Amino acid sequence: MSKLWIIRNRLISAAIPVSAVAVMCALIVVVFAIMLISLSVGNQFIGIGQILFDMFSRSDTLSEFIAQSLRFPRVVMSAIVGAALASSGLLLQSMIRNPLASPDVIGITGGASAAAITYLSFFSSTLGIFWLPFFSILGAFSAVLLVYCLAWRNGITPMRLILVGMGISALMGAITTFAIAASPLSTSITAYIWLTGSVYGANWKDVQALLPWVCVSLPFLLLFTRQINAQELGDQISTGLGISVQSLRLGMLIISVVLAAPAIAYVGAIGFVGLIAPHIARRIVFRSFGLLLPVSALLGACLVMLADLVGRTVFLPLDVPAGVFVSAIGAPFFIYLLYRQRF
Amino acid sequence: MSTKTKWVFISAFTALAAVFFLSLASGQYPVPLEAVWHSFLAYDPHSIDHIVIQTTRLSRTFVAGLVGASLAVSGVLMQALTRNPLAAPSIFGVNAGAVFFIVLCSSFSATLSAGSLLWIAFFGATMAGGLVYGIGFLGRDGLSPVKIVLSGVAISSLFVAFTQGILVLGQEGLDSVLFWMAGSVSGRSLDAVGQVLPYTCLFMFAAILCSPHINVLLSGDDIAKGLGQNTLLIKTLLSTLIIGLAGIAVSLAGNIGFIGLIVPHMVRAFTGNDHRSLIPLSALWGAILLMLADIIGRFVIAPEELPIGVLTAILGVPFFIYLARKGKSHV
Repeated sequence: MSKLWIIRNRLISAAIPVSAVAVMCALIVVVFAIMLISLSVGNQFIGIGQILFDMFSRSDTLSEFIAQSLRFPRVVMSAIVGAALASSGLLLQSMIRNPLASPDVIGITGGASAAAITYLSFFSSTLGIFWLPFFSILGAFSAVLLVYCLAWRNGITPMRLILVGMGISALMGAITTFAIAASPLSTSITAYIWLTGSVYGANWKDVQALLPWVCVSLPFLLLFTRQINAQELGDQISTGLGISVQSLRLGMLIISVVLAAPAIAYVGAIGFVGLIAPHIARRIVFRSFGLLLPVSALLGACLVMLADLVGRTVFLPLDVPAGVFVSAIGAPFFIYLLYRQRF
Repeated sequence: MSTKTKWVFISAFTALAAVFFLSLASGQYPVPLEAVWHSFLAYDPHSIDHIVIQTTRLSRTFVAGLVGASLAVSGVLMQALTRNPLAAPSIFGVNAGAVFFIVLCSSFSATLSAGSLLWIAFFGATMAGGLVYGIGFLGRDGLSPVKIVLSGVAISSLFVAFTQGILVLGQEGLDSVLFWMAGSVSGRSLDAVGQVLPYTCLFMFAAILCSPHINVLLSGDDIAKGLGQNTLLIKTLLSTLIIGLAGIAVSLAGNIGFIGLIVPHMVRAFTGNDHRSLIPLSALWGAILLMLADIIGRFVIAPEELPIGVLTAILGVPFFIYLARKGKSHV
């Protein structure tokens, strides 16, 4: 941490390492580069020049249709979902003070999945697809609330939260399998594709619906950088610093649900993003929540976009769901973490 | 063996017999107990009662019993090996591995016989279990309980993701696989039971032979080594038995969770932590509990059947959470 970039005025005061700013700029460039490549590669190759030209002129060519209406929303969707899941994972890891926490572990993914699958299997024929995200958010909230209440015994301890989370996840998994097994075959296939996590068929309407959740939560979180940083030092120290630990944790938990559940509602259960991105972020920038948050979000976006790009192009004409690739990268990474850590 | 333990054994055997006949008699098509009895003594090929019992009910009851016993013993051994009261076979990743290989092979050839599916599932379970165990050795501290649990989580999610990938790409085999994945004891033939029965007996017998050594191992690695035990050998043997028994269970009935978690705790309440009686009693109570779950599953959402794996999860999760809240070592 050599050079600091100091901002100090009436509203905010922060000291940001210049190197971190450079990292963020580089990541933003990478995100845009992946975006352009994703727009150009696929079943039909479109030159990057053509894409840029189409973007600024309104021609009605086939290439414009493919890039703008089919690939563009899909790419943006993966970026948003990646960012949301990664920041949700970062929040949870910081809250539980355990590097192995993620939305999958704490029951968010399980709750959202169970609710969404139940909806797809039993209600979507009468109510349509519109209410799916709300249902899924509701499911995630109830699962997390259940986990939180059951793990409460004179406060929440990280390990108890993880264990109870595992239990509730298993219960949600049982509900999910039951709903799939009990529903007619046509919906069970839809449900199953959804469960794997795929950005296939994303459209601008989905993007518009998802974006506000993420755009509001992320900046809001940055306001709590100090409290969250202090919270990571341990209960006693942060209580000594005048932070109400339990209410801060509850707040962090709620925001992590608000980030992850809508993302899961739209694209399904993509695992491991929330686990990996924060870890890589910790390697490349100074460990302060204010820096980790944007970097993890950008890394998460890159990860899901890359996974979707690979799944969409490498196995043509098959379209392998992004969730499969994220797991294929994520599980070995998890094992690597296991190898590094002492238990 | 103390008098108390003797009575515990006698009551377990009685309960097993009762549940066995109950399972044969009950269902959407109830059969009087008399007919159940007669179907064994004087089988009449023209009586519908007798046919129902000897074909469908008998095989599913045997499968439930065998699977329950295997899972329970596997759970006892696993809790002993990891010294973790929350351990259960699904943690070794065997379920996910078996499911993955079944789905993989079904996607290549649509017509696989029940017998070959069994071996494929067994192979998958062993692969995943071996992988988890191998990863548990990685790193500085060697094989530690927490590492096994965590590597199990990672390998499970990896196999689950690959399974989902295959299923999404080739949707033909989906429906038949889904019910199997949810865990079910119906529709398995007695032939399938016969194929795995020798191995189950072998593994169970080995587990019982190991039980004095397990008691020693539980006093801690250092003490066990000081007493002259080859702890690595015992741990490897236990892991093999865990994977073998859990693999048998998964190959017969798919993904049935929590039996391996609940039963050992239940039995421990009666016998304490002596594995010489804990292992056989867990086998008995595992069989009883899963047969009971199967009976309940036939009625809950009649005329449909509730997959038995769903039922055991609903029974098991509250218990798991109770244990997680109660435990002192990990909170």
